[in-house]
Amino acid sequence: MSVRMTALAVTLFGASMVQALDDPKTPLQDPMKSGMWDYHQIELLGDPAQIAFDPRVIVRAPTAAENSLNVPLLVDASQIPDVKRIVVSADYGPIPHILTYYPEQAQAKLALRFKIDQATAIRASVETHSGAWFVGSTYIDAAGGGCTAPAHAYASDDWEEKLGEIHGRLWASNGRARVVVDHPMDTGLAGNIPVFIIKSRSFETDAGDLMARIELHEPVNEDPAFSLFFAPGQLDGVLHVKGRDNNGNRIKGVLSESDTH
Amino acid sequence: MSLSRRTALGLIGAAAAAPRVAAQARLTYTLAPVQIGDGLWMVEGATEYFSKFNGGAIVNIVLAQGQSGLILIDSGPSRHYGEALASVARGLDLRGVSAVVNTHHHPDHFFGNQVFADSPIHALGETQVAARAEGDAFSDNMYRLLGDWMRGTEVVPPSQVLPGGAVSLDGRAFEALPLGGHTVADLALLDRQTGTLITGDLVFYNRAATTPSADLPRWQASLDHLASFGVAQVVPGHGPLDQDGAAIAQTKAYLTWLEARLRMAARDGLDMVEIMETPLPSDYASMGAQPQEYQRSVSHLFARIELEELPRAN
Repeated sequence: MSVRMTALAVTLFGASMVQALDDPKTPLQDPMKSGMWDYHQIELLGDPAQIAFDPRVIVRAPTAAENSLNVPLLVDASQIPDVKRIVVSADYGPIPHILTYYPEQAQAKLALRFKIDQATAIRASVETHSGAWFVGSTYIDAAGGGCTAPAHAYASDDWEEKLGEIHGRLWASNGRARVVVDHPMDTGLAGNIPVFIIKSRSFETDAGDLMARIELHEPVNEDPAFSLFFAPGQLDGVLHVKGRDNNGNRIKGVLSESDTH
Repeated sequence: MSLSRRTALGLIGAAAAAPRVAAQARLTYTLAPVQIGDGLWMVEGATEYFSKFNGGAIVNIVLAQGQSGLILIDSGPSRHYGEALASVARGLDLRGVSAVVNTHHHPDHFFGNQVFADSPIHALGETQVAARAEGDAFSDNMYRLLGDWMRGTEVVPPSQVLPGGAVSLDGRAFEALPLGGHTVADLALLDRQTGTLITGDLVFYNRAATTPSADLPRWQASLDHLASFGVAQVVPGHGPLDQDGAAIAQTKAYLTWLEARLRMAARDGLDMVEIMETPLPSDYASMGAQPQEYQRSVSHLFARIELEELPRAN
C-alpha cells in the first residue's frame, strides 16, 4: 500500500510540474478531454489570450469514420460575427493541421473531407478580426491508417492525365459552390512517396475580387472536395478557382451555374 | 522499486475490473437451427450491425444434409462462432460438418473457417483471392468492433475453387450461380432437393444492404438473374427466410432508391455530412441496422457518384 501511495504521489507531483511549464495563457476545460488540446492551443493557434470553447462553432461529422481516407466534415461558424479564419485540426494524428479557411466574403461555413489516422477529437478554431478565438469540437472513432496509406490514384496509370481536373458548379439561388479537384494529396508518410499537395486555393469573381481562400495541409483527402456557402443571390456570374501545388502545377477552373457536363 | 503511473493506476483498477473479466469468460453464441426443408436448416442472425452485444452473430447460416455429414454454407464472424456452429451441426448429424461453402469474402461469412479447416472449403476463385488480400485488414477491424468475441480467430481463406453450374457437394446437388455486385464475387446456390435459393449477401431482407465493396449496376443485374428463377423460398444473407418472393424485390428497390438519392444530392450540391443527416423514408428507416448502413453507404458510394454528376469546370 505504501508503495502504491508513494508512486501515485510522485507521479502526480511530476505531472503537475510538467503541466505548469506547458500551460497555455488561457487554460480551457476541454469538453472532449482528449489530452492534446493544450498543446495545439499553443502550437497551432499561437497561444492566444482570448479563447473559449463556444457552442456556436458547430462541427458536424459521422461518429465513426467508415473510410479513413475520406472522412466528411462540415464546419459551421456562421453564428460568429466578423470571422477572419477557421483552423480545422485533429488532436491525434501525425499532421494535426488539416486546413485553414479564410471566408473573406463567404459565410464562415465549409464542408470538406480529410484523412484520419486514428480515433480523435476534431476541432474548428475560429479567429475573428479582433483576435478572439472560439472553438468547436466533435469526436470521430476510426480504425485509422488514413494518413499513412498511399493514394488510390496510383492504382491507375493515367493519374497524371487527370491531375488538376476540376468538377464543380454554383447554385446561386441558395449560395452554394461545390468543387472537387483531382489530386493525390500525398502526405509524405506513405513509404517512398514524397509530399505532393495542393497548398492554396482561392475563389475570385470575374472582376478579380477575392471571395474566399483555403490553405490546405497534408491531411486533406485525395481529390479535395469542398462546399463553400454564400448568401442566396450573392454569387452572380462565375467563380474562378485558382491554386498551386507544391510542385508548381497550377490549378485553374471556372465554376458556373451551368448544368452541362 | 519504481512504479510507473500506468502500473499504479492499473493496480487500483484491478479490483473493480475483476467482475467484468469473469463476465467476459461467459461470452457464448446461442444458435438455434430451424428446419426450412428436407435436410435443410437455417441459423438466423440478428438484423443488426456488428457490436460487442451481438458478437457479430448477424449473418444467416445454412446447413444442408450431405452423404457423409452436413454442408455448411457460410461460417460466421469468429472462431468462437464456428465452434458453436460445429456443435449445432453435431446435434443434427453426429458426423458433423463435411464441407463448407463461403458465399463471398466478407468477414462475417468466412471467419469461422478455421474450425473446419480439415474439410474442403469451397468458394468462387475471386472470393479466394479477395479473402487472401483483404482478410487481415478485415480481421483488425473485427477485433476492434467485437473485442473478446474474436479471441483466437485467425483468417483461413477458402481452399477449393467452385465452378459455376451444376455441382455436387458431399453428394447433394446444387446449381452454383457465380454472380457479383455486392462484392467482386458473390456465389448464390440453388438447392435442387428443396428448390431453395441461398443468396448470400446479394439479398438482404428487412435489414439494410451493406455496400463497402459494391458495384451497383452489377448487383442489380445479379438480382434480376436471381428473380428469374422464381423460387418458392429464399434464404437472404441477412434477415428472415422469405417465402413470399419479397426479399429480392426489396433489395432491388432499396439499392435503386439509394443510388437515386445520392445522384440527386450531388446535383443539388449537397455534401456527405448533409446527405447522412437527411432522414430516411419510413420503409427504409424501419429496416435493421439503419440509419448506420445508409450513412456507411454514403461514405462508400458518394465520392464516385458525385464526380459523375458534377460538370467539368476546366
